[in-house]
Amino acid sequence: MSSATQALQSGAPSLARPTARQLWLSGLYAAATWAAAAVVTISLPDVTPWGASGLFATIVGGGAGALALLSVAGPRAGRGREFLDHYGPWFVVIGVWLALWELTTAKTGWLPKPFFSPPTGLLHVYVTEWRRLLICIGYSLRLWAYGFGLGAVVGYVGGVALGWSKRFAYWGMPILKLIGPVPATAWIPCTFYFFPTTFDASVFIVALASGIPVTILTASGVAGVDRVYYDVGRNLGAKSWYLITRIAIPASASHTFVGLFMGLYYSFAVLVVAEMLGAKYGLGWYIQFQSNYSGYANVYATIVIMALLCAGIVKLLFVTRDRLLCWQKGFI
Amino acid sequence: MAAQAQALRAAPTGAGGSVAIELRSVSYAFDLHGEPLPVLDSIDLLVAAGEFVALLGPSGCGKSTLLRLVAGLDRPSAGSMSGDGEEIVSPDPSRILVFQDPTLFPWMTVWGNVAAGLDARGALAHHRGRVDETIALVDLTAFERAYPHQLSGGMAQRAALARALVNDPALMLLDEPLGKLDSLTRLTLQAELVSLWRKKGFTAILVTHDVEEALQLASRVVVLSERPAHVKAEFKVSRPYPRHRDDPELVALRRQVLATLGLET
Repeated sequence: MSSATQALQSGAPSLARPTARQLWLSGLYAAATWAAAAVVTISLPDVTPWGASGLFATIVGGGAGALALLSVAGPRAGRGREFLDHYGPWFVVIGVWLALWELTTAKTGWLPKPFFSPPTGLLHVYVTEWRRLLICIGYSLRLWAYGFGLGAVVGYVGGVALGWSKRFAYWGMPILKLIGPVPATAWIPCTFYFFPTTFDASVFIVALASGIPVTILTASGVAGVDRVYYDVGRNLGAKSWYLITRIAIPASASHTFVGLFMGLYYSFAVLVVAEMLGAKYGLGWYIQFQSNYSGYANVYATIVIMALLCAGIVKLLFVTRDRLLCWQKGFI
Repeated sequence: MAAQAQALRAAPTGAGGSVAIELRSVSYAFDLHGEPLPVLDSIDLLVAAGEFVALLGPSGCGKSTLLRLVAGLDRPSAGSMSGDGEEIVSPDPSRILVFQDPTLFPWMTVWGNVAAGLDARGALAHHRGRVDETIALVDLTAFERAYPHQLSGGMAQRAALARALVNDPALMLLDEPLGKLDSLTRLTLQAELVSLWRKKGFTAILVTHDVEEALQLASRVVVLSERPAHVKAEFKVSRPYPRHRDDPELVALRRQVLATLGLET
């Protein structure tokens, strides 16, 4: 009946707002897949108990309700609607993924414990371990911030010096080429000898991993600046300081950002290793600790956190880059 | 004849004034894989204060090199150069080179580009008004917040002229500044260049491939030989501004200049 009236309405000339009929269709499909995931979770028995199935079903079921509501009464136009339309298929697939994941692990045991964990298992970890995980996140972010910050600043200054000054390049480039390809973790033995605490040593390792790509790319960026810009600058009466800060640095900024992105990924990879050595807290330490006790659900839960953190920081760096390099829009 | 002479002198001296340039047997050689490649061969050239001289010559004959030497960006291998009797040893904002490409700094807005010279010399704080005035002079006020990639070729070259003019140069060295523009924009900018020169009174040396452009703009046309370049011939152009393309005197001159360049028409 309702579909008949709807058809009638859509056939009628636009007495009502013409956009008011536009349902967010993929939202309805997504609501269906999410509801299926919730039903699978509560209606079928677990092969082995994981805990938090009730909570998981509630969250996913609530998500299904929210999606259904959004598809009927959500935004009809504007940026919110563009977002929904764009990510609609993803919402559908996430529901399917959750249902299949729950089925293959907790419900049938095809992917057995302890090597695999259902989504309910991860949720259980977050519910029971959230205090410790928060502390670990704090510790990891602190180590990462010190290491990446130090690496980025030193690498940047070094890169500008290497790209600008022939004397710096003479001594620095061969050294950089030698130590550049060596993985930062290879320096662990001597860093633990040279640094007073394991934290300092870990900061150094992370800084080294992130600093080297920043240095190399900034140096090549600065060295590759079109000489004509320097000619113009000198002709206008500019001294070295102006040539470096107002010409060399902005002209090479896009290279520097590539270096920062590479450094970011390296620093996250090294972070885990650095935290496995004598740390008391931290996500890397937690992963190591839990895998020793076959707490793979905890390991997966932590990996998800790390992935989200890294993606968040990458996003932040992208936003910063787009702000700073707005002058490049149109030719990148 | 008197009217023509007056028209020649009709370039009033602006705040930046003008400068007399003297080149005495200036030679220059590139270093090509250890072998010297002579580009300029004992060039003698006197440019009076406020004069507009066009340099014509076959491509690759070293005209651009000559401008870089006068700008002080490179040093000659032999000979001497002076501006108002003072030897030219380094670049100076009173002698500004404008390139064929606008070479605007892409990370600065039009305003920032025009302000660059004052900024680099620490004089911007007291002369912000000059930047606005100069941008207005080249008719870019509506675009002062635009970035170079948002400008058309003609607008970019006008911004480059403004970046030079804001420093009140006594000498403008123009290295084919209109070479890459479409022909209509080119004609407009030729007229603008003449009016800027007459308004400001700077000395101008223009390198160009275009005989007609040289005759439209310059009070004297100097023809250079093939590389290594030396001065081959000079032509005085004493027609009043604004000039017309079909002026019979200019048409006759054009034929002479082309003949000197080895192109009979």
